[in-house]
Amino acid sequence: MSYTILVFVKQVPDTQNITGEAMKPDGTVNRSALPAIFNPEDLNALELALELKDRYGAKVVVGTMGPPTAVEVLRNAMFCGADECVLLTDRTFAGADTLATSYALSCCVKKIGSYDLVLCGRQAIDGDTAQVGPQLAEKLGIPQIGYVEDVVDVSSKKIVAKRTIEGGYEILECPLPALLTVVDANEPRPMAARRIMKYKRARTRSELVREHADANYTDAEVLVAEEESLQRKGLLIQEWSADDVDADHDRIGLAGSPTKVKQIQNVVLTAGEAKQIEPSDTGVNALIHELIADHTLG
Amino acid sequence: MADNKIGNVWVFIEQEGGKIADVSLELVCKGRELANRLGVKAEALLLGDKIDGCVETLYHYGCETVFMAQDPRLEPFTVMPYAKVIIGLIEKHKPNILLFGATMKGRELAPRVASEKLAGLTADCTDLQIDDFDDKVNKKSYKNKLMQIRPAFGGNIIATIVNTWDDPQMVTVREGVMKLEEPDISRKGKLVKVVPELSDAETVIKVIERVRQEKSVNLKGAQIIVAGGYGVGGKENFKLIQDLAEALGGDVGASRAAVDAGWIDHDHQVGQTGVTVRPKLYIACGISGSVQHRAGMDESKKIIAINTDPHAPIFSVAHYTIVGDLNEVIPKIIKAFKAKV
Repeated sequence: MSYTILVFVKQVPDTQNITGEAMKPDGTVNRSALPAIFNPEDLNALELALELKDRYGAKVVVGTMGPPTAVEVLRNAMFCGADECVLLTDRTFAGADTLATSYALSCCVKKIGSYDLVLCGRQAIDGDTAQVGPQLAEKLGIPQIGYVEDVVDVSSKKIVAKRTIEGGYEILECPLPALLTVVDANEPRPMAARRIMKYKRARTRSELVREHADANYTDAEVLVAEEESLQRKGLLIQEWSADDVDADHDRIGLAGSPTKVKQIQNVVLTAGEAKQIEPSDTGVNALIHELIADHTLG
Repeated sequence: MADNKIGNVWVFIEQEGGKIADVSLELVCKGRELANRLGVKAEALLLGDKIDGCVETLYHYGCETVFMAQDPRLEPFTVMPYAKVIIGLIEKHKPNILLFGATMKGRELAPRVASEKLAGLTADCTDLQIDDFDDKVNKKSYKNKLMQIRPAFGGNIIATIVNTWDDPQMVTVREGVMKLEEPDISRKGKLVKVVPELSDAETVIKVIERVRQEKSVNLKGAQIIVAGGYGVGGKENFKLIQDLAEALGGDVGASRAAVDAGWIDHDHQVGQTGVTVRPKLYIACGISGSVQHRAGMDESKKIIAINTDPHAPIFSVAHYTIVGDLNEVIPKIIKAFKAKV
């Protein structure tokens, strides 16, 4: 028996390695200057899916919601071993908070149809909320296991997983289908050269249309033929809009988001009135003296 | 807004073996402050088994009501039965605000509840205030809303979030950021026993094995912390950090890089994925100071940073900067301190 595993991933700005170039002169971060990367823990979720595919046989379907450029993370997923990909993209999805995001993803899952497991990274590094996974599980009406390190066993009806808890771990048994959020506990495999050769040609329909426009092709039949050819070779990345997944427009994007941002303050990184201490005996002695005098020490 | 009677402030109480988590008591204190501001009650949601002993403590910290659901199926903690009980209580009593600790349990449970209730949820808040909100986009104004303040974008921005839908306004709050007030043992409250209505659907997850240890160190209460980072260079060299901590009567902390390298146990980790601390003195040795680390220690009263790199971000939050090799500086500090006392 073979399983269907859905993995939801996100393309995020690299907030963890902010270099000087991404800093504005006033000490705040220039968010648009940050490179877009595959969210780190989503790579762990993909790796777990691929390990399960190796162990038990599975079809791994990777989905993401985002702007058209987010297709890059899907191609990366194919380079690593994903079988099929879905890009959920629509202007009306923009501005979604976690509730609206999880609703949109649940519509995507329903369109995909049957599945055994849904895997998500624990959290994304742009928001660090860890909310979309549990919310998606609730929307799908399936059980969830958070903070999964590894899967001990999968049988036709249930999964046994090891997960982190505060101060230790738990082994849990759960019926399928289920949703797991995965922590940074495995080593994501590198992209495979042979897969890169094949899947670098994977395209969404919009990308095909754009390439045709750039090349001044106008023949719609050629486009259709090309799309069918990609589909046959497993190189067509599905691209779905809000209407394609039958999403209620009141529940997606800004309209579907109960939380509003009232204010954003940039954290300014500037040197405070720090005292420079020489790394010498004299410098250190004076420091200790000061700290004892103001009762910080002693 | 025809209904001007607003609901109460609720705090989800996290407990392990009948011992209430520190963060829950911190939130009871904050919840009481918010409730006073709004003229409503602070109330607790206490779930688990063999938890009668927690009730008095919750009164002492300021809960006027404790909703207690006691059932063997609620122990150990699993998300689905907890969510079911809490949703039932929300539907019945309609609280205005619901606070969870941003712990592993809280961050797994709160989104499940919020999703079912179609409520907004803000993760990992570091401050909460009451204020009015003008939603200029939708031309609506709201009175006395909960301002949910949290770092985002890897700690590079601080966002104030407001929940504009129906109550409850739900948040998870980071551990160690709300002040724990002194309990008042003369305070009394009301106990409301809740009978959980659980079906097979909520109890499908079975805990086969559970291994847990109390933390080997409690950094949250430490007055002096000496923390080592990747710059310490190796496991053996961490002895230097321990020596300094011992000499000063403090505890040992670490950055994520040092923990990931296997030089020291995760219990010692300070920062966003570790513990938030605010000691009298924090000495950062060989820690470059990622935003994630700084978020966990930048409210320390005095910060000394020792680093060979004069551009290390840790220096931006330090009160005393020592540009130098920790292998030379630390012995000098130990020597100087021993000579003075």
